[in-house]
Amino acid sequence: MSSSKKIRVLVAKPGLDGHDRGAKVVARALRDAGMEVIYTGLRQTPEMIVEAAIQEDVDVIGMSILSGAHMALFPKVMELLKAEDADDILVVGGGIIPEDDITELKKCGINEIFGPGTPLEDIVKYIRENVNA
Amino acid sequence: MSEDKLIEGVLSGKRRALARLISLIEDEDSSVSRILAKLYRHTGKAHIIGVTGPPGSGKSTLVTRLTTELRSRGLTIGIICVDPSSPFTGGALLGDRIRMQEHALDKEVFVRSMGTRGHLGGLARSTSDAVRAVDAAGKDIVLVETVGAGQSEVEVVEIAHTVLVTDVPGSGDDIQAIKAGIMEIADIFVVNKADLPGADKKVTEINAMLDIAPTSDKWRPPVMKTNGRTGEGISELVDEIQEHMAYLKSSGVLEHKGLQRSKDELEQIMEYKLTRELMTKLQGTPEFDQAIKRIARRDVDPYTIAERLITKFLASCRE
Ligand code: B12
Ligand SMILES: Nc1nc2c(ncn2[C@@H]2O[C@H](COP(=O)(O)OP(=O)(O)O)[C@@H](O)[C@H]2O)c(=O)[nH]1
Ligand SMILES: [Mg+2]
Repeated sequence: MSSSKKIRVLVAKPGLDGHDRGAKVVARALRDAGMEVIYTGLRQTPEMIVEAAIQEDVDVIGMSILSGAHMALFPKVMELLKAEDADDILVVGGGIIPEDDITELKKCGINEIFGPGTPLEDIVKYIRENVNA
Repeated sequence: MSEDKLIEGVLSGKRRALARLISLIEDEDSSVSRILAKLYRHTGKAHIIGVTGPPGSGKSTLVTRLTTELRSRGLTIGIICVDPSSPFTGGALLGDRIRMQEHALDKEVFVRSMGTRGHLGGLARSTSDAVRAVDAAGKDIVLVETVGAGQSEVEVVEIAHTVLVTDVPGSGDDIQAIKAGIMEIADIFVVNKADLPGADKKVTEINAMLDIAPTSDKWRPPVMKTNGRTGEGISELVDEIQEHMAYLKSSGVLEHKGLQRSKDELEQIMEYKLTRELMTKLQGTPEFDQAIKRIARRDVDPYTIAERLITKFLASCRE
């Protein structure tokens, strides 16, 4: 792989949740860390997220949910990614997500979840270290 | 994905293969020229439409609206949106997709965002090849949205058949900006946000400018009014776009530009390859290192040395 390879990240807000502050903060932090961030805005369905991830050929999908709908939406995204044979993409999430749910979500293939107060450097570091180069 | 599978995938319109190829192009992967060489004869069919104009004037919104209208006319669409990369970190926030959600699940619409990655001119260095990839994948229309353009970002004219220049009512000053650089590249002017006061005035101003602009073209750029929020004027705009393509064909301009572009491209490729050949021969040789030192000491001048090295190189090729 040539040296000009850039990490591309899709930052998405699934569902009807309007809390977009966290997603925007994270998107900016990743950009400032030298990544190319595709931000698709609010109210994304899992189908839209997976389609955008494929067309943009991203290395990472980052989803933000603060509404409590994560147990329905995250696994659905994982299921669609598998169906597209695209589950080599690193998937991370953030927002308001209880501990027990995090364990469940990791079982279905979400790589990592970052809760409120996570330093942005930690997120950047995690992505850099875990992206499939 | 193997190279052959990738090529086969692109040619049969598989979005995964197309997406991967565009990444290879962006990352300047060594396989790209081989792949593009095989795709070349399958390109040249798409109508490439550039959309440029100041940031916030509604380019992304128009691209979405145009896509809706073109889809309803049975055409398939590729969209490439270019946003600036940070010159300091190399990162980019690519947000044009936010306005394109309407087509998110339409399999006949392929949307790709690109960062400029340090390239000036309103596009990324790899945009031209990315457009070619989309063309090879069989899309009827490729829409290219530039980074919000000022005066020097006019590169889109080199890859698009039809260039739309967008503007908005009011802001009398930016008509000056438009006059300076972008004016000349417009095939169609679009005064978007026609719901805002001053739209007709803007149309009149642009028309007045066109009346005094020197031109050898038979095509006089029409000035269209659109409302990106409601879609008003979009159907008429698409009519003009198709009219422009008809003009390009009937006037012979299309053929002429095709020849010009092929020539430019061939020259560029040869220049690049020749330079690389020459440099791999010279780099690190005592003769080359010695020459550099002598030039730095002002013993000799670089013009004479360049001449001498090239003559020698050409002679060695003849052997
Ligand atoms: C600000 C806020 C709002 C603002 C949102 C403004 C906006 N545009 O974002 C407003 C006032 C609009 C709002 C409205 C509501 N809110 Co509110 N809101 C909050 C609040 C106080 C802070 C959220 C925030 O912005 N934090 C700052 C950002 C930077 O932090 P963050 O999002 O957590 O992000 C960090 C991490 O989670 C992680 N992360 C987040 N996203 C991502 C993505 C990726 C890819 C990665 C890697 C990491 C990551 O990294 C970030 C940095 O550390 C929270 C309480 C809280 N303490 O979290 C409630 C909270 C989220 N809201 C809540 C509720 C209930 C609502 C309303 C339904 C209230 C109502 N009844 O009207 C509405 C719904 C609005 C809607 N349309 O969805 C509840 C949710 C409860 C739940 N999930 O069970 C909370 C938890 C408050 C509570 N304790 O009850 N809210
Ligand atoms: N009032 C009005 N706003 C518009 C119109 N078209 C687009 N916009 C808004 O203008 C803003 C910028 O649009 P966008 O398409 O992102 O512009 P771009 O930066 O040129 O791509 C958005 O908030 C749009 O909703 C229009 O016809 N009228
Ligand atoms: Mg835009």
